[in-house]
Amino acid sequence: MATVDSAVQVRATTRSERMVRFVTRTPLHFVLIAISLLWLVPTVGLALTSFRKPPAIASSGWWHSISQWDWTLKNYDAVINATGMGHAWVNSVIITVPATILPLTLGALAAFGFAWVPFPFRDTLFLIIVALMIVPIQTSLVPLLKLFASWGHLNNSYYGIWLAHTAFGLPLAVFLLRNFFITLPKDLIEAARMDGASNFAIFRRIVIPLSVPALASFAIFQFLWVWNDLLMALIFVSDPAKQPMTVRIPYLLSTYGQEYNLLAAASFLLMILPLAVFFALQRYFVQGLLAGSVKT
Amino acid sequence: MRLSSAFERVQGIVFVLPALIVLALFLIYPAYYTIRLAFYEGDFHYNFVHYVGLDNFKQLLTNDPDFLDLSKFPPGGALINNLRWVIFYISLSLLIGLGLAVLAVRVRYERVVKTVIFLPMAIAATAVGIIWLFVYSPDPDIGVLNAVLVGFDNSFHPIAWLGRPDLVNYALIFAYVWASVGFVMVVLSAAIKGIPAEVMEAARVDGAGEWNIFRRIMLPMLSLPISVVTIWLFINVIKVFDIIYVMTGGGPGTSSRVIAFTMYEETFHNGRPGYGAAVAVIMLILIAPVMVLNVRRFRSEKVVA
Repeated sequence: MATVDSAVQVRATTRSERMVRFVTRTPLHFVLIAISLLWLVPTVGLALTSFRKPPAIASSGWWHSISQWDWTLKNYDAVINATGMGHAWVNSVIITVPATILPLTLGALAAFGFAWVPFPFRDTLFLIIVALMIVPIQTSLVPLLKLFASWGHLNNSYYGIWLAHTAFGLPLAVFLLRNFFITLPKDLIEAARMDGASNFAIFRRIVIPLSVPALASFAIFQFLWVWNDLLMALIFVSDPAKQPMTVRIPYLLSTYGQEYNLLAAASFLLMILPLAVFFALQRYFVQGLLAGSVKT
Repeated sequence: MRLSSAFERVQGIVFVLPALIVLALFLIYPAYYTIRLAFYEGDFHYNFVHYVGLDNFKQLLTNDPDFLDLSKFPPGGALINNLRWVIFYISLSLLIGLGLAVLAVRVRYERVVKTVIFLPMAIAATAVGIIWLFVYSPDPDIGVLNAVLVGFDNSFHPIAWLGRPDLVNYALIFAYVWASVGFVMVVLSAAIKGIPAEVMEAARVDGAGEWNIFRRIMLPMLSLPISVVTIWLFINVIKVFDIIYVMTGGGPGTSSRVIAFTMYEETFHNGRPGYGAAVAVIMLILIAPVMVLNVRRFRSEKVVA
């Protein structure tokens, strides 16, 4: 950190230097604070709207709500119970958890193979997976729909969407985890082999415990990806009673387009979990994203 | 070093096999299926019915004004809209993200700025859509944008940002820029911190101004991360769908459709799976260069030592 400071800031020592510095830096602070506020306004507006009473929403902008100071939780009650968003929220969880664990597990196993167990065509296969990382979902929608239908209506259950998300998360999982696994100390793994440990034991007892940050990064990335996904849920979950929030909110929009209180509350419900994850595990989240892009 | 007994060889494959099966079945086979389907008309059950050769592509590129319309000015259609996205989404995101990254390293509250700007990255496009539907609302008691404009000038007539074909694409693009800038900023600010302090110090001692330091030292050293971010933005833009589905449904009329939206619309609403598959193939073709680039870069770096 010290080197960073010296790289970008010149230390001011005397009082007059500090004064000059303060004045010349005022525009800098102004720009940064203005943009930050600008970036916050849309989200804050939605959040405040979700706690306002419908007549207040209709008659004045959300920015008046601070002076009016008249809040309610009724919007949430209505949206959770009457419009079934509570149910949809649970559906989102049901979809997201297996769709995160499956690619994480399969990806970690494969990544270990690619990193530490030689086999024929290993590099070629890995390069194919690198290429698959950015295949657009659109090339899979129709064939998967047909495949799932022919396998006994997987579209009416959650199996279809779990499998589809697993397939789409896997390339990144393999790529990220393999790149992390190869940085583990070679001596450690060779020593375990000498002691007669099987590959699976090395995987479970050495590689996995040492790779928690990488595993967490991918898990959080995939969790948010699935939770926030609309298109795949739209296609692969046809039963309205099983659809996640991302699909139900646009329906809410088309049926209650002017009921801003409901729309705001529903959107805020959708955001709560990702934001909680983001704030609690920000470091892993950012790492996952960075690793997914910078290291390609 | 390498224990290349037959058993050992089999073991490696056992580890990767489950993943390979899933990928082959749910990613590679479907891509093949879609490419083939693009040469058929297709039916309600997505079978290969009625081979049409390249007709779907010909139709898309020459005879479908919703996809590509060069007859008017400015040209229109989903492909042109997506080009607008490529130009404006990428350049705005880069400009704002880079600007914020460069400025924020200079202040103590950098972390706060970064968190605030990055926050929308965690929000689902569905929610981003609703958030910006509010912002853009033509009712100045709901839409903060119109409220601010009316506040400046009482005679101002609130604009339906999403209701006007000439504005709708830019309104959508800005909402998505809002959601993506945090990523650009975080990547570039990590890269800026990787620039050795001595380099900047030396330039300062030699009397280089801040602008020169930025242009001649930072920018060249950031060229790799900038290209990585640009690629990420490009992939995003080719795949953009959710936010349009939520905010405008491709409208008014068809004026805010993009490629991915056309694929969805033709396949699942208009019952033309072959036509939709051709659109998906066009997406694949647009993204293919990036795949090649990724593989090349990776190969030169790590795999084949």
